[in-house]
Amino acid sequence: MNIKDRILEIVPEAQFAEQGDLTATIPAESFHALAEKLRYDEDAQFDFLLSLTGMDWGETLGVVYHLESTKYGHSIVLKTMTANRENPELPSVTDLWKTADFNEREVFDFFGIRFVNHSDMRRLYLREDWVGYPLRKDYDDSLNPLRMTNEVTEDTTDELSLDDEGNLVNKTNVLFEDKEYVVNIGPQHPATHGVLRFRTSLEGENIKKIEPYCGYIHRGIEKMNESLTYPQTLALTDRLDYLGAHQNRHAVCMCVEKAMGVEVSERVQYIRTIMDELQRIDSHLLFYSCACMDLGALTAFFYGFRDREKILDIFEATTGGRLIQNYNTIGGVQADIAPDFVKNVKEFIVYLRPILKEYHDVFTGNVITQQRFKNVGVLTREDAISFGATGGTGRASGWACDTRKRKPYAMYGKVDFKEIVYTEGDCFARYMVRMDEILESMKIIEQLIDNIPEGDYQVKMKPIIRVPEGNYFASVEGSRGEFGVFIESHGDKFPYRMKYRSTGLPLVSVVDTITRGAKIADLISIGATLDYVVPDIDR
Amino acid sequence: MFDFSIVSSWIHGLLTGFMPEGLAIFLECVVIGVCIMLMYAVLAIILIYMERKVCAFFQCRLGPNRVGKYGLMQVFADVFKMLIKEIITLKNSDRLLYNLAPYMVILASILSFACLPINKGMEIINFNIGVFFLMAASSIGVVGILLAGWSSNNKFTLIGAMRSGAQIISYELSVGLSILTMVVLTGTMSFSEIVEKQADGWNIFKGHIPALIAFIIYLIAGNAETNRGPFDLPEAESELTAGYHTEYSGMHFGFFYLAEYLNLFIVSGVAATVFLGGWMPFHVSGLDGFNAIMDFIPGFVWFFAKAFFVVFLLMWIKWTFPRLRIDQILRLEWKFLVPISMFNLLLMVLIVVFGLHF
Repeated sequence: MNIKDRILEIVPEAQFAEQGDLTATIPAESFHALAEKLRYDEDAQFDFLLSLTGMDWGETLGVVYHLESTKYGHSIVLKTMTANRENPELPSVTDLWKTADFNEREVFDFFGIRFVNHSDMRRLYLREDWVGYPLRKDYDDSLNPLRMTNEVTEDTTDELSLDDEGNLVNKTNVLFEDKEYVVNIGPQHPATHGVLRFRTSLEGENIKKIEPYCGYIHRGIEKMNESLTYPQTLALTDRLDYLGAHQNRHAVCMCVEKAMGVEVSERVQYIRTIMDELQRIDSHLLFYSCACMDLGALTAFFYGFRDREKILDIFEATTGGRLIQNYNTIGGVQADIAPDFVKNVKEFIVYLRPILKEYHDVFTGNVITQQRFKNVGVLTREDAISFGATGGTGRASGWACDTRKRKPYAMYGKVDFKEIVYTEGDCFARYMVRMDEILESMKIIEQLIDNIPEGDYQVKMKPIIRVPEGNYFASVEGSRGEFGVFIESHGDKFPYRMKYRSTGLPLVSVVDTITRGAKIADLISIGATLDYVVPDIDR
Repeated sequence: MFDFSIVSSWIHGLLTGFMPEGLAIFLECVVIGVCIMLMYAVLAIILIYMERKVCAFFQCRLGPNRVGKYGLMQVFADVFKMLIKEIITLKNSDRLLYNLAPYMVILASILSFACLPINKGMEIINFNIGVFFLMAASSIGVVGILLAGWSSNNKFTLIGAMRSGAQIISYELSVGLSILTMVVLTGTMSFSEIVEKQADGWNIFKGHIPALIAFIIYLIAGNAETNRGPFDLPEAESELTAGYHTEYSGMHFGFFYLAEYLNLFIVSGVAATVFLGGWMPFHVSGLDGFNAIMDFIPGFVWFFAKAFFVVFLLMWIKWTFPRLRIDQILRLEWKFLVPISMFNLLLMVLIVVFGLHF
């Protein structure tokens, strides 16, 4: 089926851009009807909303949607824009893709676009009393001095909906009733893995509802990027998901390289792939440690950290950094691998195999672990896709969403590895996916480590990098899901807009769905196995 | 075998020599009280140090090793720090109950600690229903925990206290039933007599199958009584930050901390007394030479060795197992441990009636 013809059939006035990915610009009034058709039509089935990006195009504001079909694998980019800047309104797609809920709130927060029929139009990251919308190009920073008062948490939220006559009406929705027993889990809490806050409504030990509050570590990286040159933006990518620092930076470098038509050498591809996989093992070891700690098995926690240290040593020898490595650059890597890199990596893999068995002996097989993990926090495949919960979480629910297999990049098309998929969707499946992925990562590294070809580790680039005009999107498989980068360039040395597809935001948005009716202790297991990293959510 | 009552009656004689008997007994009571407190504190320090070292070695770490040789002074430093820290009073808390709670906990703990016979003739509280008294005294602790959780005016502490209440009250049943099993075997409720009865073999050997079952159930339930992992839900760090004592600071927190460790020792001490013969040396009936050699080792060494062996067992469990969930904890108790203990009690009665024990 030709998607282009199909869209023209539904919306004749759609405009197509020929450069790059298939991009269709759709008028706002017919957008929701088209989206619904694309979502549900038998031969379209765009069930995965990969990314939702707010835009400021000067005269109008708008949103860019990256859609994909998990059934057919085809993808499309849709653009739509508001009529004006003063009253920007767009139809909400939360009824089609659940992930749109948080993403539209983010767009509302940064661009002030109000989504009609979105039941919860609050800011997602910034304070309720924030003035203006910071990612708009005409935003005035002086309106928001450092506030010295506490932020008041409201128990209600706004909804904008259409009445029968087509007029917009404001409605107030209640989040928590007055008499509910609401406990703040976070922002300072040992089990939220960072400054994330869950307002949890309890009934005894049972959870009635959870409302996540993000933004406690929001740094405005996307806004900062707009005034940084492309090589400078790289410095911030490592600070998103710090357990996927290599992969994040890999994605940005790949995106810029793709835009400029730069071919990096084979040696760089090898090094990047090995580093990505080492980073994944690093992240999964930390996941194991933290999962154990959250469940109270402190000894296993130390085992995981002891072994992760070895990877950090390997990183340090080559890149100079342990947590934040700053290694990839546009067109290559910062420095050649350390002389004993190959030897150390091989030794580490030999060391880790028996250790993994020990992990399973001390923790996985434990009857308490099994009881705490099995049938807890079940995420169905439909929900995983609808929420866009990629990575280990999606694969535990039976969704084969590995970017390395779906859109092979670097060396992944040429190495042999298995995509770990479990179907249970519970905490135990999420845990096992990651434990098994460590083995697969080791397999990938083993295939590459002995064959690193000779060559340059850096392609000669111009001192000032100007990306040609256009929209570019690239994604990699991060440690906890698909990490994507969307760049809109206007031909300058600064990106016009640079948006990261966060791997953690979809994971946080599923928390409410899968904890309903569970116990407080289950929230901890679920949080541990979802494995989100807060700076990646907040950006 | 060294009998401590020689020392105590000599002191008594000495005091009554130059003062009226009433005053002498009063003085002795004061001295004993001070001794208990001192021993309590010293034991707590030893246990804290032991826990740190044991868990460090389980976790491939070194544990405290900077303050003093082998970090021996670390715990003293920590206790000193705790003593000089400010006790914070909270806004909107129930001031009286809030301040009372740690004392309730420590009172219960000291009362039950005083029940343990440490050596021959060295029983502080010793009468014919000692087991009953211990159970009753140790139950007061849960009141303190509930008060602490309630009066702090904090939602986390309240959840922690509720969990603690449900858990401790449930598990007291199993503790009681498993000790009762051994009371059936020995035919007495006085701790000193229970120990005396084990002169020809410890209860765990004499009562064979039911005694072993009772011992295991007692260890599980006792561990739950002390709120230690894998039953540390009331203070589950990753869920409720610090549970019922979240809002306490300074020495008030210190009391909870001390009581937790001493309760660990009391549970182990009772296990040692009831199942492993207390201060009674290892005797094999018939081997008189061997028994005589064993008698050279003083009773309190035997007692502490056994108690610390059980403490080590409990630490081993704590540092290996993940935490249970509240419904799983209650299910374990009411669906498994209580029925098994009841059946076990019946089995023991049958064995005693038909004389099938050693």
